Amino acid sequence: STGDLMPMPTSPATDMLSPAAAQDTSLFSSPRNCLHRCAKLDMSSPLMYGTPSSRVEGTPRSSVRGTPARQRADLGSVRKAPQVDLQSEPAGADGAVASESNAGQRLVIWGTDVNVGTCKEKFQRFLQRFIDPTSTEDENAGLDLNEPLYMQKLEEISVVGDPVLNVNCLHVQSFDAELYRQLICYPQEVIPTFDMAVNELFFERFPDSILEYQIQVRPYNALKTRNMRSLNPEDIDQLITISGMVIRTSQLIPEMQEAFFQCHVCAYSTRVEVDRGRIAEPAVCRHCNTTHSLALVHNRSAFSDKQMVKIQESPEDMPAGQTPHTTVVYAHNDLVDKVQPGDRVNITGIYRAVPMRVNPRQSNVKSVYKTHIDAIHFRKTDEKRLHGLDEDAEQKLFTEDRVQTLKELAAKPDVYERLSSALAPSIYEHEDIKKGILLQLFGGTRKDFSQTGRGHFRAEVNILLCGDPGTSKSQLLQYVYNLVPRGQYTSGKGSSAVGLTAYVMKDPETRQLVLQTGALVLSDNGICCIDEFDKMSDNTRSVLHEVMEQQTLSIAKAGIICQLNARTAVLAAANPVESQWNPKKTTIENIQLPHTLLSRFDLIFLMLDPQDEAYDRRLAHHLVSLYYQSEEQMEEEFLDMAVLRDYIAYARTYINPRLSEEASQALIEAYVDMRKIGSGRGMVSAYPRQLESLIRLAEAHAKVRFSEKVETIDVEEAKRLHREALKQSATDPRTGFVDISILTTGMSATARKRKEEVAQALKKLIQSKGKTPAMKYQQLLEDLRGQSETAITRELFDEALRALADEDYLTVTGKTVRLLA
Amino acid sequence: NNNGADSGWEAKAVEFFKDHLKEKEARTLVPSLNDVPLHYLKPNSLVKFRCLIQDMFDPEFYMGVYETVDPRLKAKVLRCGKYRDVTECGVDFNSRNTVTAERQTFYCVPVPGENTWVKDISSQARVVPSTSYAPSRQKRSYEEDDDMDDMDTQPQKQRETHGGSQTHSEQHHGNGDCKRQETEAPSNQTASASHLDLNFPLPGEKGPSCLVKVYQDWDGFKLNDVLEVFGILSVNHTTSYSSSSLLDPADSMETAEEQRVHCPPASLVPRLHMLYAKPLPHNNPLLPPTGLEDNSAFLSSTLSEMASVRAELLAYFTHVLLGDALAAEYLILHLISTVYARRDVLPLGKFTLNLSGCPTAASYTERLYQIIQQLVPSSFYLPMSLQNMNQMRLVPKKDYVANRLVSGALQLARNTSLFLDETQLEQGQLDTTGVRNVTALGNLISWQKVDYDFNYHQMEFPCNINVVIASEGRSLLPSDCQIRLQSQVAPAHMDEYLSAVHMHPQASSQLNKFRMYLSVARQLDYSISDEVTKSVEDDFVDMRKDDPQSVSAEDFHRLLVVARLLSLSLGQTSLSTDTWSRAKHLDMLRTSRMEQHKCVNGNEP
Repeated sequence: STGDLMPMPTSPATDMLSPAAAQDTSLFSSPRNCLHRCAKLDMSSPLMYGTPSSRVEGTPRSSVRGTPARQRADLGSVRKAPQVDLQSEPAGADGAVASESNAGQRLVIWGTDVNVGTCKEKFQRFLQRFIDPTSTEDENAGLDLNEPLYMQKLEEISVVGDPVLNVNCLHVQSFDAELYRQLICYPQEVIPTFDMAVNELFFERFPDSILEYQIQVRPYNALKTRNMRSLNPEDIDQLITISGMVIRTSQLIPEMQEAFFQCHVCAYSTRVEVDRGRIAEPAVCRHCNTTHSLALVHNRSAFSDKQMVKIQESPEDMPAGQTPHTTVVYAHNDLVDKVQPGDRVNITGIYRAVPMRVNPRQSNVKSVYKTHIDAIHFRKTDEKRLHGLDEDAEQKLFTEDRVQTLKELAAKPDVYERLSSALAPSIYEHEDIKKGILLQLFGGTRKDFSQTGRGHFRAEVNILLCGDPGTSKSQLLQYVYNLVPRGQYTSGKGSSAVGLTAYVMKDPETRQLVLQTGALVLSDNGICCIDEFDKMSDNTRSVLHEVMEQQTLSIAKAGIICQLNARTAVLAAANPVESQWNPKKTTIENIQLPHTLLSRFDLIFLMLDPQDEAYDRRLAHHLVSLYYQSEEQMEEEFLDMAVLRDYIAYARTYINPRLSEEASQALIEAYVDMRKIGSGRGMVSAYPRQLESLIRLAEAHAKVRFSEKVETIDVEEAKRLHREALKQSATDPRTGFVDISILTTGMSATARKRKEEVAQALKKLIQSKGKTPAMKYQQLLEDLRGQSETAITRELFDEALRALADEDYLTVTGKTVRLLA
Repeated sequence: NNNGADSGWEAKAVEFFKDHLKEKEARTLVPSLNDVPLHYLKPNSLVKFRCLIQDMFDPEFYMGVYETVDPRLKAKVLRCGKYRDVTECGVDFNSRNTVTAERQTFYCVPVPGENTWVKDISSQARVVPSTSYAPSRQKRSYEEDDDMDDMDTQPQKQRETHGGSQTHSEQHHGNGDCKRQETEAPSNQTASASHLDLNFPLPGEKGPSCLVKVYQDWDGFKLNDVLEVFGILSVNHTTSYSSSSLLDPADSMETAEEQRVHCPPASLVPRLHMLYAKPLPHNNPLLPPTGLEDNSAFLSSTLSEMASVRAELLAYFTHVLLGDALAAEYLILHLISTVYARRDVLPLGKFTLNLSGCPTAASYTERLYQIIQQLVPSSFYLPMSLQNMNQMRLVPKKDYVANRLVSGALQLARNTSLFLDETQLEQGQLDTTGVRNVTALGNLISWQKVDYDFNYHQMEFPCNINVVIASEGRSLLPSDCQIRLQSQVAPAHMDEYLSAVHMHPQASSQLNKFRMYLSVARQLDYSISDEVTKSVEDDFVDMRKDDPQSVSAEDFHRLLVVARLLSLSLGQTSLSTDTWSRAKHLDMLRTSRMEQHKCVNGNEP
């Protein structure tokens, strides 16, 4: 029979058994197989926990035996695995069996070293005793962490009635390493044993509770494998956990678990279990002895749900230059339709390999196996992105060594300088800009005051780079985009509001409307790099207002109204409107962006071409060495990009600095100072927004140092950087003073004053002309020019006219100016 | 026959092949899938294949060692499953000795855009396969498939079918025997082959694609690598997907489409079990296949000739470019450019050329491309017509239904010349695909990377493609260097002049000299001495002193590349001050021409 059935190939440790059929009704059969077998079974055996009568609905059930067991399709086709007594058959056992010291119990399941009794006992002990006081998993929210964790979960099951117990394999490992090893190596045998143990325990404790079916144990978080690429033949038939992205799900496949046959002659019915995808059709009716009289009755056969899910490696896990691998996963029963294409998931399951049949009629086979995973547990990693941060998913695993290296690096006094110079080494100088971007990469501390009604505070630092074309702004953006795991790169020229936010699209397969998220939402928790910010259309830009302060994105399209999180830091680059930066104009005038948007940037830098000889020389040297230094020399000089990436990831996840007392004082002083500077000249020079920026920058700087506390040095650096950026972007070209109102109101205080003066002068001029209801525009301009001692530009004149029109003093229609009233 | 499971023996055998293939002559003795029609090749024999890795499939598990039971003798024999697709009969699935092993499958296609001269030259050097050259297919199947003859129950007709179409596609190689085959083959065969999309990156490509099974170190290969694979050919048709075969419900995890793609007919897409693969730094058959370092004799002889060949090539290009010597200089520089390193995101050494001012008359751009095609090993002509931009698939896209990477025109091997003809662009609307395509071209030029579309995310693949853009005005795409063509030919005589240029194909020995020159110049190492570095730096500072606006950092970047390429084009492996000033002079000429043009024609930016 073995020839055409083709069982699974096995990993070296386990083994298939085939002389099986003989003794499967005895005590030695594995727990799962005893369902629906005839009544001569020994009901007192601990292995029995489903009975033929349990199928009958409606009877009150409140014990292990009263509750029907549900076939666990996820554990694969039923294997007839008898137990073997090691003492009587020492030769047949594997070498792996060694540790079982309990003299009386030497019974193990064939091919494994699992003793059902011991295993069950151990697991029950685990359930009753395991405590994890440091648990941070959100599933355990509301549980008393100092009480046995899983007993509380059982209690929950008795209340909620959802008979699934998820067990974290790490807990099992920390409790009993041997049990964990068995679970990983022989999941097919161990998990049913766990089921049994749980159910006994449960119905002992809650004898009155009624469940739909018996509790199923779903282990997750097996550390065996993390990455799809590292799966290898040794993992076959073992419990693994891999992460990936769902790319396709099939329709629901009903899979027959048990066939129902009825005799045509005497209507005698019989049930046959499906064994490895095959039904052994009974040839003879046992009741009337007619041959070939039994017919399959479909609607009385038992089916279970099955679904094929294809997952693909997450892009982060892949080596460069290779295409992602895919793996087939089968979801069974209630796991069907749990995931959708596009979801990022962690899947725990049993890895399987089946030989491929070329043709049923041929004896040759392709020497290739088909592999798949029978899913036992799904965990979506981005499930909670709509509600809060899923720390778990973000957490990258760092090895001890790596953490050590990072900490050593952090302890260096010049870590800040080191990191900033490691950033985009191919771009020359612009130290402060790199420092600013470095702080952006780390970000501030996330604060949530929504419970007190003040909402979220933005932790992300937004940066705008403006400057002459050809000053490697795009290159800097590209670098950042390549550095951060969740970065997006768009160009203002090409992207519409739709591409940035989200759009509704009809899925070609399902014909359903689906919401496709754009760059801003995709870079949630990352950085969105927007090149050619100035080329963006106005309504695209308006979307950014919400994102850059509230960090959310509201969409109302095609009947879908929702608010998505977009906690993204924006790194934008803008070119001046004229081809060259005009140093005689303010930032606003140069890039022509609305000040409402500009004020949302924490730092605005100018990337100008400094024109001095020493700089030129250094630049030339830098460029030449860039081209002609060998690869190795470059490597030595700078920190590895990978180290930088890990450093940032580590700091972002583990370091949450808080303000110290001195630091708060320093911040207050800094803010007050900033306000003071302006007040002397009668203008406001700082707004609360600037204070918030300072706080964010100081926090980010503390993160760079891996410090849990924001100290005065952090504030000092934040102040310095902020001042530098302001010096570049908010200097009033007319006075030479730094004037924050350029960025906040779009006009410097002096410019505003000047406008006022011109308007007054104009009004006087008009009044001096006497009663003339209408004047020529050009004439008026020339008159004003003749009268004034300072030059009056056309723009200035227009603004003055507009100001007067606002006062309802006059109106401008085409080329004529009319007085009102 | 490779029965037995001793792994030490196995490694030795692979080593043996490798050693022998290293010898110079041995390589050429192996028949190549590129030029020998598949049905002339002996199955289970050693062949080679020059190809590009187009897609990487999922790794597969196979029976590395298995045991067979002979029912008559009751004897168990251990067998090795490596380097073959199908097991022998009577496999004992429950044997404890079965060893499951892992291997990787690459889908390989012939180098996209490989020009006919490359194919011609390499096939001239080809060897007569060791099998009988007479196309007696029936005989072959019984003779050699002795261990799998039970499969030959498959109708003979079907084999003929595939064989016939193969012949059809190969016939242009001018093989006499093929012709005879052709007449024998029934006429309806081409259709049967064409419905199967072999996923070539470029439209109109021919040649066999191949499923290459890799047994070790597959992590070392990257997508789009160009390799010469030596391996064991397998054309066992049982590995092909056939719609007639009953699908086992357990196998239904693959869709029909997926099966069709992953198990195409073996007669069209043979399987190749890799023994050894050599990454090819170039695919120019005129050069020694190994790196230049190993061939010092060859190198020194070519280096000495470089300057004179360059002069001849310059004269030829000047002639072709309507008497414009400056443009000809830049074209040479462009053709030998290559991305030789990357500094974080910045690719170094790329030199995209925008040839503006191309006459639209007499399909000049197409003729220009034909000239280039004659000189570079692989190239592709992309007319940027509105229709092409809106409809062509430039960026490869993952097809999740068939689980494969559907290729696009930008999936090219390194140093392929991509000729973008912007003179074909007319007014009109670019749709979404069009905008995406233009963005992809822009990214390719600026960063030398292509973002492959994986539906849920994009993945960046670095590339190294020489892009030249022919346009009337300034191109809408970015470029490293724009040169305006100054025609010395009166428009009235244009047609006449052009036909004269192209009617005189260069003597093939002359062409071969040029071909060799271009490939060698690209492969040379380059360095710059401290002394020259110093003077170059000084130069930059001086230039900036006079007028800071005149030279920006970007200009300096370009100057350094021009200097590098100019040195290499002269066969000099290190920069001299002479060459530096010559590079500066060239660039000055170019910019002054641009300004001149700006004055004449105010709108031109």
